[in-house]
Amino acid sequence: MNGQLLSGNHAAAIGATLAGRANRTGRGFVSGVYPITPSTECMELLCNQEIEKGHVVRVESEHSAMAVCIGGAASGARTFTTSSSNGIAYMAENVVAAALLRLPVVMAAANRTLGPPWNVWADHGDTLMLRDSGWIQLYCADNQEVLDTLLCAFRLAEDRRILLPALVCQEAFVLSHTMERTIVPTQDQVDRFLPPLDLPARLDRTARVLGGISVPHVTEVHRAQHQAAMDRTWEVYREVQDEFEAVFGRRPADPVVPYRADDADVLVVSMGTIASTAERAVDEARARGIRLGSLRVRTFRPFPAALLAAAFRGRPRIAVIDRNVSLGFGGVLWGECRGLADPGAMVQGYMIGIGGGDVRPGHLLAIAEDAASRGSAGTPVMMEAGA
Amino acid sequence: MSESALAGITEVTCPVQDPLLRPGNGNCGGCGMSSALQFLGRAMESRRLQVVIPASCAAVAVGPFPYSAMGVPTILTTFGSAPAVATGMSIAARLNGEDTRVVCWAGDGGTYDIGMASLSGAAERNEDILYVCYDNEIYGNTGGQRSSATPHGAATSNTPRGKVEQKKDVLGIMAAHRIPYAATVSLAHPADAIRKMRRALDLQGFRFLHVLAPCPTGWKSEPALGIELVRLAVRSGLFPVVEVVDGRKTTINVEPDFSEEALELYLSLQRRFQKSEIGAADLRPDIERHWRDLRARSGRIVPADREG
Repeated sequence: MNGQLLSGNHAAAIGATLAGRANRTGRGFVSGVYPITPSTECMELLCNQEIEKGHVVRVESEHSAMAVCIGGAASGARTFTTSSSNGIAYMAENVVAAALLRLPVVMAAANRTLGPPWNVWADHGDTLMLRDSGWIQLYCADNQEVLDTLLCAFRLAEDRRILLPALVCQEAFVLSHTMERTIVPTQDQVDRFLPPLDLPARLDRTARVLGGISVPHVTEVHRAQHQAAMDRTWEVYREVQDEFEAVFGRRPADPVVPYRADDADVLVVSMGTIASTAERAVDEARARGIRLGSLRVRTFRPFPAALLAAAFRGRPRIAVIDRNVSLGFGGVLWGECRGLADPGAMVQGYMIGIGGGDVRPGHLLAIAEDAASRGSAGTPVMMEAGA
Repeated sequence: MSESALAGITEVTCPVQDPLLRPGNGNCGGCGMSSALQFLGRAMESRRLQVVIPASCAAVAVGPFPYSAMGVPTILTTFGSAPAVATGMSIAARLNGEDTRVVCWAGDGGTYDIGMASLSGAAERNEDILYVCYDNEIYGNTGGQRSSATPHGAATSNTPRGKVEQKKDVLGIMAAHRIPYAATVSLAHPADAIRKMRRALDLQGFRFLHVLAPCPTGWKSEPALGIELVRLAVRSGLFPVVEVVDGRKTTINVEPDFSEEALELYLSLQRRFQKSEIGAADLRPDIERHWRDLRARSGRIVPADREG
């Protein structure tokens, strides 16, 4: 197989560049970027690309980076930014604004621990803080998936049935700075997959207002429309998968990715790269006669509740693994999954790899063992992965 | 005007341009920002405008969805983001070869305070934006709290005995960015105001206009006296009417008479200055110092006895 050695950051930048160029027959490409470890290399590479009918603005803050995307998108341009951790926190006001204005901005996040104290390593807490912001959220497990998901994210975000911003998440360093063989599509392929953005009701000559004052009833209607757009993501994503496969010859993963899950006595559920580790652990456990299975949640918003409930059916023990902690509660994914299992099934939450600790197959096997030995679920368990 | 009778229904078409600020908006009577928008509407003529409004009285003035009091395409942004949103819009316009003039229309809170970082960033990058600050010297939309544009001695809802600090010199800050054009606009000097607005609309790069916008609600003044208050602020030297090209060429457009009468009248016509009992004598040293700086920058000869 061909392919280049690319980091997750560079895969994201190349994906954004190809998508940006693909809109040269539309209203072009506008991006606002600001550096923060560990997403810096994505913006650096983007700033070194020649993008026909495109411009990358080196702004003075993440808050303005998203604001530039809002302005560009409102004018009908394709828009992209990238950030991490406190950058995402600082940007948050405009992250919410982009969603509520229904602008199809795409952001690549390199998930990093929030600080201070400063910690540059992986943690999903930054993007999960934006759980309720109205963005589509997609979590990746390898660098090919980062590039492919980014292209899919533009398709989802810009589809007239959706028109929502989309976040493509990869973990700090585990993907962002790790080189993997990654197939880079040709511009011609991306042009075929990504049609020019045709944003309805963009700012043009008509004296319309974007973001005018809303009374309660108007907001109720807008939220219902937003929710309905989220719900339509599933059908649109199936089309996007088909078309992606037709153009690029590989199929983007489903919203929930099962691995030897059908007959599992213990099912581990996780997001991002921990799921890759879990799949290794599943093989090791199966070799020893333990029926372990894995589910990877790739699409976190909209949340694949029906798909997960179907996958949970008949599974007596479910271990939900979070690389984040909602302090005062437990893992965010665990909170989402708790109500989806069969009545009487045990759903136990585990938090591991907080602050970027290296989660290894042994940790997953220990979690599986703990889940297998429990009579009933207890409070979420916080585990130390160590360095 | 053309009229045609359609089965008893009279269809009227009026060949006048949609005004920039339409009738029926929600601004208070005597609102200086309303006057300033009408000035801009006069100045824009056939130019193609898009307006960016951060959270402010202007945002409320635009009115509730799905109506709009604005006669041009308008986007309402988060409080501190207008210059950055305008950046994205102006770049999209440039990429598509459009002659759109992107105008930020922001209050003093959105300019002097929460928007200062994005304003400075857009100015430093010399984005192709006209930024207009309508300065009512108060957080009007939230009910009248102090901003860093509130003058020394003015009482607000959170500085009930009068603000202790000086007003920020925002024109100096913007001129220090060496932008192509920065000017103050007096609503009491319409010819100068319209000229500056047209000049600012037609220049490329970052342009900044500072409009003193009387707020009868916050200033506790008579709505009908707004323009007169601006005239007094200009006459007394409190609000210099100047323009700065490329951050270095400063021109004084209106020469004040620096009269005691104008300053006393300006203060006494607004109840916001009553609590602090601030008087002309308290303000005079700061006015004089500011004008010494202005004259030095404008290249006029500064009398030796006023140096220092």
